[in-house]
Order: sequence, then structure tokens, then C-alpha cells
Amino acid sequence: MNLLETFRTGMDAVLSHRLRSGLTVLGIMIGISAVILTVGLGEGAQQQVGSEISALGSNLLTVTPGSTTSSSGVRGGFGTASTLTTGDAIALDSKVVAPDIRAVAPATSTTASLVAGTTNWTTSVVGSDPSWLTVRGRTMTEGRFIVSHDLATRAEVVVLGATTAQELFSFRDPVGQIVNIAGQPMSVIGVLNTVGSSSSSSTVANPDDQAVVPLTTASALLTGGSSRNSVSQILIQATSSATLSAAYQETDAELLSLHGITTTTGADFTITSEQQVLSTATSVDKTLTVLLGGVAGISLLVGGIGVMNIMLVSVTERIREIGLRKALGATPRVIRRQFLVEASVLGTVGGVLGALLGVIGAEVLPHLISDPITVSPVAAVGAIAVAILIGIVFGVYPASRAAKLPPIDALRSE
Amino acid sequence: MTMGRDIESLGATPGGMPALDDTGPVWVERTDAHPAVRQPVIDVTDVWKTYRTGTLEVDALRGVTFTIDAGEYVAVMGPSGSGKSTLMHILGCLDIPTSGGFHLAGDDVSWMTEEELAHVRNKRIGFVFQQFNLLASLTAWRNVELPLLYAGVERAERKQRAMAALERVGLSDRVDHRPGELSGGQQQRVAVARALVTDPDLILADEPTGNLDSVSARDVMGLLDELHRSGRTIVLITHDADVAQAAGRVMRILDGQITTAVTSSVGRP
Repeated sequence: MNLLETFRTGMDAVLSHRLRSGLTVLGIMIGISAVILTVGLGEGAQQQVGSEISALGSNLLTVTPGSTTSSSGVRGGFGTASTLTTGDAIALDSKVVAPDIRAVAPATSTTASLVAGTTNWTTSVVGSDPSWLTVRGRTMTEGRFIVSHDLATRAEVVVLGATTAQELFSFRDPVGQIVNIAGQPMSVIGVLNTVGSSSSSSTVANPDDQAVVPLTTASALLTGGSSRNSVSQILIQATSSATLSAAYQETDAELLSLHGITTTTGADFTITSEQQVLSTATSVDKTLTVLLGGVAGISLLVGGIGVMNIMLVSVTERIREIGLRKALGATPRVIRRQFLVEASVLGTVGGVLGALLGVIGAEVLPHLISDPITVSPVAAVGAIAVAILIGIVFGVYPASRAAKLPPIDALRSE
Repeated sequence: MTMGRDIESLGATPGGMPALDDTGPVWVERTDAHPAVRQPVIDVTDVWKTYRTGTLEVDALRGVTFTIDAGEYVAVMGPSGSGKSTLMHILGCLDIPTSGGFHLAGDDVSWMTEEELAHVRNKRIGFVFQQFNLLASLTAWRNVELPLLYAGVERAERKQRAMAALERVGLSDRVDHRPGELSGGQQQRVAVARALVTDPDLILADEPTGNLDSVSARDVMGLLDELHRSGRTIVLITHDADVAQAAGRVMRILDGQITTAVTSSVGRP
């Protein structure tokens, strides 16, 4: 009996038991689509966090005043004044002191109400210098960014994020318009390019919704305070991601010596790297993926046990058929092959349909749950392979046992 | 050769063939596969079959010896537990003897592997069972073609031969019906067609009328009789003396041994 005939016989058996075949296929389908969707959900979350964090700026270190200690929470440093100054930033921006630092941008940050005509929009206002653009890894869509001259003259100019510009001016050209920030009229000189918005689930503020003014203008007109030189953070860009930890060491050492602090535990500042955030977030998402993958694996196992159940019942109720086929001259090998074909067909159809269902689900579900789902080809192909394997293992094993039954016993069974 | 071909007459019949009688000429539709060798289809020599359940040994057959010639119509009769089912399984190559020799159409099958036995069953034996044993999901002709499928016959020839066999049993108009759409008698006719289709050396019928009403039973017995007249070798296993009457020879089996071998004048009801 050749392979084509074996395949035909197997297909006949599949098609003549439509309900049983349908249930088997359904069981595999659900398991496979569950695997694809849950793994896709985990990977989608991982990619989303990754892209959000890289949007913050690459190779970035952030120095913030105060430090956290293991026991007493936040350490304030010298009194209430911020311990970071523009002087610190200037000192770090030296190739001699810190050769692994490419750019330094001191920044202050406050939240203010922006008014353009009758439109009112509250957003975060950053005071910084020209290096902010490179450190943050941003570009301009129109106009220009802050230049050194703006800082020297405390120019009343502002650069808007794409979302902010859209909110204030909708479709009008914002460049050259006047925006009142905390009562101070400032002219818009440029608009930042969009970095791709982050969704509501992000823990990071929307980088497209902010306004940037010269640092000197910000400290004179917006933030005020006891020390006009103090800044709320210093952003540092390392020369590459490989030199990030060297840049970290240099920053740490320089600031400790500038502030006259001898022990690292006494530091009045904190350096965080975006990579730390990235790796933390990524590891959280990896845990999520493993968790979801585990759930998917269990659903696949349950599906597989269902398939085994149906296949065992199928073989049991077909012992007579097997016995008859053997009496008519089918060798055990032919019987095993027939069941191999049946099981593989069921597994393949279930696996392909399940993968299809998973892909459709990955297209449709994000609109309903506002979480991205990334279909991994590896997971899809792997799931189909597992489905075929389930069919073979759970279908052929009982069949080969039946094939070994003496035909008389099989024929006698009622 | 195909079943559909016109039957041809054999003047010289193989051993055991009934002589020409008043029913007309004996029509034989097969050219004998072994025309030169006049050997019995079944040659059983001192066959024992012992079943072992735990420590208990049961001798189902205790030294059975007989021969059945080509063209004979033999009934094996005995009550339940007499060993007739065991004998049928051994004659049908569904089981092998514990000891003793069994030659089927000249071949020693007592030491064959399962694979070889499968080929012997396929080529040499046609089964008719009490429960018909048709596959419910297949139409009549697809059921009949099954042995040919396992013999590796081409699809077109399979269909042609299956159709011819169904015509032979008078079911030409039912070839595309499934067993569920046929009466018991018709189902057993399909089973007979399936037994015929490979042109076997031996037709082995195990209580073929056990599940049929008397009209269908007579119908099927008539069909077997007709096959016998056309030269087939038939072994009929039954506990029913009336059914056994149809055979030319009745072998009684009791407690695993042949007690009497009654030969009637002619294998004719």
C-alpha cells in the first residue's frame, strides 16, 4: 500500500468522523492561539518599554540632587538649596576631567500653564542649554533650538514639543507666535520633532509634550529660588553605551570632589542611568513573558491532554476496525501509518488554524485592550510544531498499541 | 483475473469437486493458481492450541488432524467452548498453533511472522463474520475494495473488481450505499463480496447467519451454496445443525478434538 493510498485512508477516517475530528482540531487550535497571543503580549510589552526608554536619549546619565540611603530615605544635602549647580555641569563638560562624556546639559524643570491667545495648556517647562537637544537625542521639525546667545541674554524664547504645539496652535504655524508662560510672554522659535508617542500605560512622561526655554531665562523668570545657579538635574551623554559606566565613575568622582565629600555614602546627589531603568523594565517584562508563557504552556498541555483523550477514545472505539483491517491483510505497519496520517493531519490543521486565529487575535485585540501584541514567528512556528507533535505522540502511541493487538482479540471486542 | 469476467467451465475438476449433477454444469470462474499440484487447501496435522491464563493452562485444541480439498464445502460444528472458534482462528491465520503443522494451499503457515500472516490472510482467505464487520463510514464498494487496497492493487482496477464482486452477490444497485442504509442480509452479502474480491483459496464463514432473520439467512446460505457450486472452497463454522446441513461434509468438534467427520452424499441441500 503506497503512501498516497495511506494518506487517502487516513483522510477518509478524519473526514468520516467530523465531530470527533472537529473537537480535536478545536482543542489544538485554542492551545496554539493561546500560546501565540500570550507570548505576543509579553513581547509587545517588552518592545514598548524598550522603545519608550530609548526615546529618552541614548547613553544617558541623569544626576539629581539628594541621595537615597538604605535607612533614612532621601538625604537632602546642604539645607534646602539644591546641591547641583551650573558650575557642576561646566566642570563635567571637560574632556580632561571626564573624557568619556560627550555632552552635558544642566536642566531645571517646572510645571507651568502655557497660554496662546485663548488656548490654555499645562505642561512641563524645561530650562536647559543648547546641548539638551543632542543629549536627549532630539531633532527639530521647524525653527531652531536654543543657542548660547539666548542663554547669555536670557532671551524670552521657547521651543515646543510637537504635542504641545499642536494643542496650543492646532494647525497654525507656531514659530514666531507668542506664548505666555506663567505670565511671561515668550516667542516660539522652534518645534521639536516627535519621538513617537508613548501610550497611557507608560510610566514616563510624554516626551512630545513639553516646552524648553533657556536655563537662564527659566531660573530668572520661572523657577526663581535662593540660588539662581542651582539646577534640578544634569543630563550627561556618554560617548557610547560601552563607555557609560566609565562616564558614571568620572561623574561620581568629579562631583564628590567638587562638593568636598570624601565618602560615597555621604553623596548629596544620585546618578541614574537609563540603562538601569531599561534593564529593570526589561527584566520585569521578561518575568511577565515567562509568566504568560507558562500560562500558555499550561493551556497547551490541557489542550494536549484533551487531544490524547479524544485520540484514546477514538482508538478504543476503533479496535474492531483495526482488527478487521488486519484480518483483511493490513500489516501493523500499515495500521500505524494510517493513524500517523490521521494524527498529523489533525495536528497540522489544528496548528495552522490556531496560528491563524492567533495572528488575527493579535491584530484585533490591541484595539480592545490598548496593549500591543507582537507575533513572534518563532513562537508561531514552534506552536505549530508542538501541535503536530501532540497529534503524533497522543495519537500514534495508542494506535501502535492497537496495531500490535492480535486481530482476533480486536475483532472480538464489542 | 477479474470477477467480472465470464466464468469458464472446467471439465476436470480439482479433487473434492462435486460431480456434475442435475443442476447443470459446474461453472468455475477461476483458473487454478496451482493447476499442476493436486494438494489440499487445508492440511492440519496434530494441531494443539494452549491458552494460558495466569497459572491455568487450557488446551483449546488437542491434536486435531484433517485435510480439506479444493472445492470442498465443509461445516465445522460444535457447541460453545468446544474449540471451534480457536480452530477457525488458526484456519484463518488470525492465530498460530502452539504445536503441530498447518499448511494452507501448500504453504506452511504455522511459523510465519505477523507480517507474513497478514499477507496470507490478504491473498488466500476471504472472511465472512457473524457481525458482518463492515466499516460504517465507507460505502459498499469501498468496503469491498479494502482487501485489494492492502494488496496494493491500482485504484481503477480495485473499483472494477469491487463492482464485479457486488454484482456477483446481486447488489449492483447498492454499491454507493453505506452499511447503515442496508438490511442485515444485504450487509452480509457485501461482506461475502468482500470475501470474494481477492479470489481467495478459502472462504471462511464464521456463523454467517447468526445475526440474520430466517429469510436473510436462507438468502446468504443460498449465496454460499452458489459459490461452492462455482468451485470455491468454503469452511463454515456454526453451532446450528440446520445450517451445517448445507455443507458437503460436517466435522464435529468437542473438547478440542474432532469427533466425527460425516460426509454427506453430495454437498447439496
